[in-house]
Formats: sequence, structure tokens, C-alpha cells
Amino acid sequence: MLLKEVGEAGQQKLLQSKVLVIGAGGLGCPVLQYLAAAGVGTIGIIDDDIVSITNLHRQVLYNIEDIDLPKAERAFAYLQKLNPDIKVIPYNLRLTNRNALDIINTYDIVIDGTDNFSSRYMINDACVLSNKPLVYAAVLRFEGQVGVFNLNQKNNEKSVNYRDLFPIPPGEDEVMNCSVAGVLGVLTGIIGSMQANEAIKLITGIGEPLANRLFTYNALTNQVYELALAASAETGSFIPKDEAAFINFDYEMACSAKNTFEIDASTFNSLANKENVTIIDVREFDEKPIITEFPHHHIPLNRLTEKLSALNGDILVTLCQSGGRSLQAAKMLSDTFGTSKKIYSLQGGIVNWKNLQQKQ
Amino acid sequence: MQVNILIFGQIADIIGTNNILMTDVHDTDDLTNRIKASYPVLNTSKFAVAVDKKIVKENTALNNNNTIALLPPFSGG
Repeated sequence: MLLKEVGEAGQQKLLQSKVLVIGAGGLGCPVLQYLAAAGVGTIGIIDDDIVSITNLHRQVLYNIEDIDLPKAERAFAYLQKLNPDIKVIPYNLRLTNRNALDIINTYDIVIDGTDNFSSRYMINDACVLSNKPLVYAAVLRFEGQVGVFNLNQKNNEKSVNYRDLFPIPPGEDEVMNCSVAGVLGVLTGIIGSMQANEAIKLITGIGEPLANRLFTYNALTNQVYELALAASAETGSFIPKDEAAFINFDYEMACSAKNTFEIDASTFNSLANKENVTIIDVREFDEKPIITEFPHHHIPLNRLTEKLSALNGDILVTLCQSGGRSLQAAKMLSDTFGTSKKIYSLQGGIVNWKNLQQKQ
Repeated sequence: MQVNILIFGQIADIIGTNNILMTDVHDTDDLTNRIKASYPVLNTSKFAVAVDKKIVKENTALNNNNTIALLPPFSGG
């Protein structure tokens, strides 16, 4: 490395460091690529998913020949070719509270590139319990967040973790649990590259890591907004107190409170085309696939409150691309109409519905 | 007195904008209550509130020209 801030000593630190990347998807791919290229000596990759064609716009380690193959294995093969001098360890498994601490304990830094709240809270708590720095990031549509959590502070100040920002996970019936509204491909490249940058700074000790700060970026407007975080007294009470409590903590349950709105495709089909049923597509107007199979209204989510008078059926069924926004819409309609109308949301969205119809 | 509110993520989708001005708002509880009254779907939502770029957990008094950020969690990767 020619940069004087990194130098030979910095390169040695990189070579001796061990970084665990959890999730080899949109965020994980750029993280892995830059860490391997920078010469991070040991890189662990955890992912239990396989490559699918819809991943390729943002998961840039994979190509068309990798489809249906395990991401951890394909990322391993790519990185080992990119830099044969480093050790890459693929874990083709799902991180759970049974294996998380054992794996995390053998690394220096953890990078969260997962795509769901239960993993994110579990990883946060595991890093607090094992005292490992966590480079966090998340994306939604055109927005990204990055932060460095659980970093030991020089002046003995208490370090901040994810629960100091959001103490408990949103329930599934809450409007914010929509991880499936889509993501701009290049956004994960930008945000994932920032995670790699934070990891390299932590390892080499240069610059100012994003500790106790949350950086946010909007790819449409290029607006950045940085927030200062402080450790809060209540946070500790949400984190399992030791390894045994961690293993017994049900992260799936904590993140999936039941909702009563969702219906599956076959229930949906029994309602479609009925006179007293109004189906509402809450996607934006330019989203595909276009629906021609059944009559419906098309009202984007943010216009819904203006168009309530158009919804005259006794039963309202909302749908969107994959079921997240329609769940928000159902909640919104339920708050408006109370028990005067029965309200449902199509689970899995129109994409899942169309796939199921094709299989039949 | 007037404050500037920056809105992120799904909350911006629901409200339909990422920036609103609010006048004569006393504190952060008053502010979130007024927004929830206009958008009841936000009643059960969790989001972080920041005043002038600092996350606040307790109800916080607001002054003229404060900038408030409403930041929901998101989990995509």
C-alpha cells in the first residue's frame, strides 16, 4: 500500500486481522471484495442462501453460472481467485443463537450485511456479549444507514450498540417491517463499500470510525445526514445477560408478532372477482408485473388516504410487490375503517402470487 | 416558532414527503403526537427521534429552527 497513513505496518495489521462477514448479499458482496483485495488475512463468510437471478443486479460477486449454487461457496471461490494469499472460510449455514457466539469469538471484527431484523438483533447482542466491534449497515429502496457499534472507547465512555438506536425489533404487524420494498442495486455497493472502509480503518487504526454515530445516505438526493448516538441505560435490559440466556432467547419470535391481515394466495383467489370485494394495488404506477388477471384499484401507498371514498367494498384486500407495503396499507385502512370493513393483505405480494399461478 | 422535520425510510413513504415544517410545537412528544394524529398508521410504529442530529430518548423541549429527524429502522441488505 502506497498510502503513507496505512503503510507497511498497516498492511501487516490487515494481514493479521480476522473479519467475519454475515450475509453475502447486496452489502456483503462489496464488503468481501474490498476486504479481500485489501489483504485482510482471514475472512469468514456466513450465508445459507443460494444465488438467484434477481440477486445479480446488486450481488456483484456472482454471475449467471452461479445461479442455484450456495452464496458462501461461490463468494469463497471468487475471493480466493482474487487474492490467493489470504484465508477465506465459507460457512454455508444460517447463523443462529446456537452457533453465533462460537463463530464470532474466533474473529476480531463482525460485519452485518444481513437482510432481516431477527438476525440483526441477534448479531448485535452476540457482539455485545463477546465484546466485538460490529460494522452495521442497512438499506431500503434509496436510503442507507451505516454505523460502528460496540467499539471500546478510549476514554472509558460506554460504547453504543444497535439497541441504543432501536431498543426492540418492530413487530411484523408494524408498518416499518418492510424489508422487501426493493433496493437500488448501486446503493448496496455504496453502503457496503463504506462498511469495508470502516473495517479497514478499525484494523489499521487510521482516521475516525463511525463510532457512536449513524451515517445516513439518500441515493436520490445525495443528501447525507449524520446522527450522534448515546448509550442509554435501558438498552442493557434488552440484551441477554450471558451466553445461556442468549442461546435461550427466541429472536424469531421477538421479531414476528402475529398479524391478522395476511392471507395466502388460495384465500386471495377465493375473494378475487367477488362483488363485495375491493382489491387495491398499492405499488407505484410504474411497477411491474402489471396485473390483468382480476379487477382492482391502483392507488400508491402514499395516496391511499386521499382515495378512501373509492373503496366501497365490504372486504378490502391490499397487495404490493412482495407483501410489505400492502401490510402497511392494511393497517392504515384498519385504523380508518375499524370493524366496518374486513381488511386483508396478500402475503408474499403479486410476485409470489404470479409464480404460484404459473406452477398450477 | 417553527421547526424543520426530516423524514426517513417508510415514514416518508407514508407521509408522502421527506421534509415538513411545523409551527408552534412545544416538545418532541407534541411533535410526534401531532404527526400520529394526521397519520394514525404511525401510532404503532417504532422510530428514533433526533433533535439537531442527536438521538433523543426522552421528551425534549424544542426551540425555533430546531431540525428534527424521524428515523425508522430498516433491515434490507
